[in-house]
Amino acid sequence: MREKSERLFYNVDWFLVVIYFLLVGIGWMNIYSAVYDTEKSDVFNFSRLESKQMLFAIIAIVIAVAILVVDASFFTATAFFFYSGVIVLNLIVAFAGADIKGSHSWFKFGSFSFQPGEFAKWATALALAKYLSGRAKTELLKDTVVSFGLIFLPVLIMIVLQRETGVALVFGALVMLLYREGLIAGWLLLVGFVSIVAMVVGMKYPLVWPFVSISVLAILAINFAFMRKRTWKSAFIRIAIVAYVGGIMIVSGNIIEKLPEHQTARIKVWLGLPVSQKMLDRYDYNTRQSLIAIGSGGATGKGYLDGTQTKFRFVPEQETDFIFCTVGEEWGFMGTTFVVLLYTLLIIRLITQAERQRSDFTRIYGYAVASIFLFHLLVNVGMTIGLLPVIGIPLPFFSYGGSSLISFTILLFIFIKLDSQRLLILR
Amino acid sequence: MNLQSRKYFVIGFIVLCAILYTVRLYYVQVVDDRYKLSASNQAFLYQTDYPPRGAIFDRNGELLVSNQVAYDLLVVPREMEGCDTAALCKILNITIADLEKRLVRLSGSLENAEDDFRTHIFESQMLPELHARLEERMYDFNGFRFQTRTVRTYSFPIAAHLLGYVGEVNDADCEKNPYYKSGDYIGKSGIERGYEEFLRGKKGVQILMRDVHNNIKGKYMDGKYDTIATKGKDLVSTLDAELQLYAEQLMQNKIGGLCAIEPGTGEILALVTSPTYDPNLFVGRDFSKNYVELLKDSIGKPLFNRALMSSYPPGSTFKLMNALIGMQEGVLTPATTYPCAGGWPPLGSKPKCHKHGSPTDLYGSIATSCNSYYTYVFKSILDNRKYANQVEGYKAWRDYVLSFGVGTNIGTDLPFESKGNVPSKEYYDKVFGKDRWKSINLAGAGLGIGQAELGVTPVQMCNIICTIANRGYYHTPHCIKSIEGDTSFVKKWTEKHSTKVTDPDAYTAIVEGMYRVMTSGTGRGVQIPGIEMCGKTGTAQNPHGNDHSVFVLFAPKDNPKIAIAILVENAGFGATYAAPIASLCVEKYLNGEIQRKDMEKRMLDADLIHGFNMIPEEH
Repeated sequence: MREKSERLFYNVDWFLVVIYFLLVGIGWMNIYSAVYDTEKSDVFNFSRLESKQMLFAIIAIVIAVAILVVDASFFTATAFFFYSGVIVLNLIVAFAGADIKGSHSWFKFGSFSFQPGEFAKWATALALAKYLSGRAKTELLKDTVVSFGLIFLPVLIMIVLQRETGVALVFGALVMLLYREGLIAGWLLLVGFVSIVAMVVGMKYPLVWPFVSISVLAILAINFAFMRKRTWKSAFIRIAIVAYVGGIMIVSGNIIEKLPEHQTARIKVWLGLPVSQKMLDRYDYNTRQSLIAIGSGGATGKGYLDGTQTKFRFVPEQETDFIFCTVGEEWGFMGTTFVVLLYTLLIIRLITQAERQRSDFTRIYGYAVASIFLFHLLVNVGMTIGLLPVIGIPLPFFSYGGSSLISFTILLFIFIKLDSQRLLILR
Repeated sequence: MNLQSRKYFVIGFIVLCAILYTVRLYYVQVVDDRYKLSASNQAFLYQTDYPPRGAIFDRNGELLVSNQVAYDLLVVPREMEGCDTAALCKILNITIADLEKRLVRLSGSLENAEDDFRTHIFESQMLPELHARLEERMYDFNGFRFQTRTVRTYSFPIAAHLLGYVGEVNDADCEKNPYYKSGDYIGKSGIERGYEEFLRGKKGVQILMRDVHNNIKGKYMDGKYDTIATKGKDLVSTLDAELQLYAEQLMQNKIGGLCAIEPGTGEILALVTSPTYDPNLFVGRDFSKNYVELLKDSIGKPLFNRALMSSYPPGSTFKLMNALIGMQEGVLTPATTYPCAGGWPPLGSKPKCHKHGSPTDLYGSIATSCNSYYTYVFKSILDNRKYANQVEGYKAWRDYVLSFGVGTNIGTDLPFESKGNVPSKEYYDKVFGKDRWKSINLAGAGLGIGQAELGVTPVQMCNIICTIANRGYYHTPHCIKSIEGDTSFVKKWTEKHSTKVTDPDAYTAIVEGMYRVMTSGTGRGVQIPGIEMCGKTGTAQNPHGNDHSVFVLFAPKDNPKIAIAILVENAGFGATYAAPIASLCVEKYLNGEIQRKDMEKRMLDADLIHGFNMIPEEH
């Protein structure tokens, strides 16, 4: 028994591993195609992106194996250590990092660069798992505050000090984990959902808030009138709801102009609000080109390496944030649904595997991983097909970049390792 | 609180999102076609390979129309930075303001031009001389490049109307036929238009791929879908360039039309409209300027193809038609005589006639061109007892005339031919009241002598003469003999069209009468020694001033080689101008050289447009 458990791949969830290799393999093929040049192609020329990405993939796999070698208790023991380390790294990069378009989130070493913000994802996931698995479950308020604190610390550093919003937004996904762990009630999710809808409507139609408020007020008043027990409290709650919805709409309608210029423009373009031609050219360009590339793929695509929109650089950032365009153009609807399906299977598998754990640590960590993948999938693919505004976050395993590939590999394989030792109680 | 059940909510949410995204992808990729179109517009450059048009030769193999290289100056406004526009404008002879105006027209505004990466034609059809001067400085003209096109060149400055011209397609052309795309050339008139589908050849297209910076990245699918341009087919025209040139010279400074046809085949030997213009004016970048210039001449109307499109009263030449119908109907024989009293007696000498012996028989009436005689003949056709009434008689007469190709589309291979006019029964019902008109009304109006509402084009007039020369049939007049390797189209010209006048004796009599015109009648002054000729003068009254001078002629009398019809506007009696010009043309065609130099000189020098009428009226 003991011998068995010391074997490297003992109890490893092969389903997840296979999906991982499929995604990395298909991802690399698409990067190769995105930067493919009819004239020159040389896989072993390390100034080329596809070669670099190959190198990153090898490093990532080495790290994955290393994670499988160490004992799961290593991660429970070092969770806060990693978390603190990553926080420090992020602070350093905020002051000492290279300046890329105004954000300070990258270390540069020659032709390679590294973004510690990516590592904050799994470090924060570990820290949350560590803290929440050890809690007494009696002090809900304290747990909530600490959890949010753990999440907001890196977010704050990234937004305020590094000026890198994209990666920071990912941490919002951890709401799903907090919901599962009971730190967020169902009605709060509903409030969140209503808030988002009210915000979008408020931005799109800045003048509509009085009508919405009055309608909501009317509905609630009728509801109140037919109540059997009319109390001051229930009346107050209803008025508060109306004030909240109206307030959000007023605030969001005004705040849209106060955001940094490029964010205002992106949101306005996404909502179809009038913007200057120059803004439209600049910020609608990505979405338009991305839709053209994906849309022109049709049902079955143009064929591997035969894409024109992506290969000839009509789509900006095609090998990083917009890599999904290459999939859409060359593999068509067939390819895009396959990729979406793979991710969906990955995420659902993570959830079901997390749920079968004896140890809270592994379950919480698994939920964190699933939340992060889900957020990346929805936001990245959503922006390429015009469902969401442009937010610069990578598609896991697909987008070019060592930091993100290695970081997502670590994120996933820590879970696979924890899961392989599900018979133990980890804390 | 059972937190574990929350996993169903979470999984449900994930599945919902996946479905939503799949539906959206299905819509974008499968349902909506807009993106596919945008993609090919952006990434593909459809470079058209323009084929040279077919050449056109005359009947003797003389090259009439061929191609020369011209250059379109193309511009990509976004790449113009650093261009020496001042030098460019100087060479093109335009101002900087002109250049900016053009950029605004092409890109929308100067601001847009800075981002406009599309290729536009900046200046089209520059001939080699200008091209050479620009080419020297091309390195200074950022954003500009050349595209080679072929345009027409004409060996002789003749037959502008018959050959037609070529111009850029308009929106209507593109709508009618999807073959045409903006920037293509198309035959606008004449042979160029009538034979467009043979002459144009087949465009080729190269599908090139380009990147976002408009750099060409090679052929799409290695040229699998490219097509090669094929040259247009060469045409051999029926035209005799020498005769055409000579006839145009004779017609210069006169207004009118001339048509010469080989009766045995229906081949048009010459088709002259005067005044005319040099077809080379419609080539190159001065096309529009020259076109407008010609359009300004409202009297000469040099763009108007009179020979084909102008419907004239035929005057006395039409008497031949009435004589033929009369004989066919049996109301006239060569021996029939009618009196003349300086006009038609029943209406108190109206229509009027000139002085000649009276009464005359058929031959005498042709030779003297007696108005009274043909008014009698016309009336007798309508009064024929075999018809229920005179209106029915008129309808029968009209059917005869139509069978000669008058008052109807004769069906030449040239576009825009006029039908001429033979009034219908309904027309006279409107003028006189329904069925309230009699033969005497129409006879009095001059229908018997080719006046009143009758309208005949020179081509139709010539076709009537061909029918007489052939003794009863004609071939549809046409101007293309053969199309390179394609006989199917020209085959139809071999068909003989019979008229409703089928009596061979009628033709024999008419030919004899026309022969006498040349030997002893109104045409005796233009008889060519040694050639038996048959002709008929005409003096067509018209509402526009002096009478038109008309003459029809065919020769030789037996086995005729050429039939000719000519009308000179406001030139008076038929024998004055029309007859000598027709006769000289026949002499040129049959003998190759002119013996009657003084007649030739008189005709060449006559200027009826600028008011120098050198010849006194004869009658």
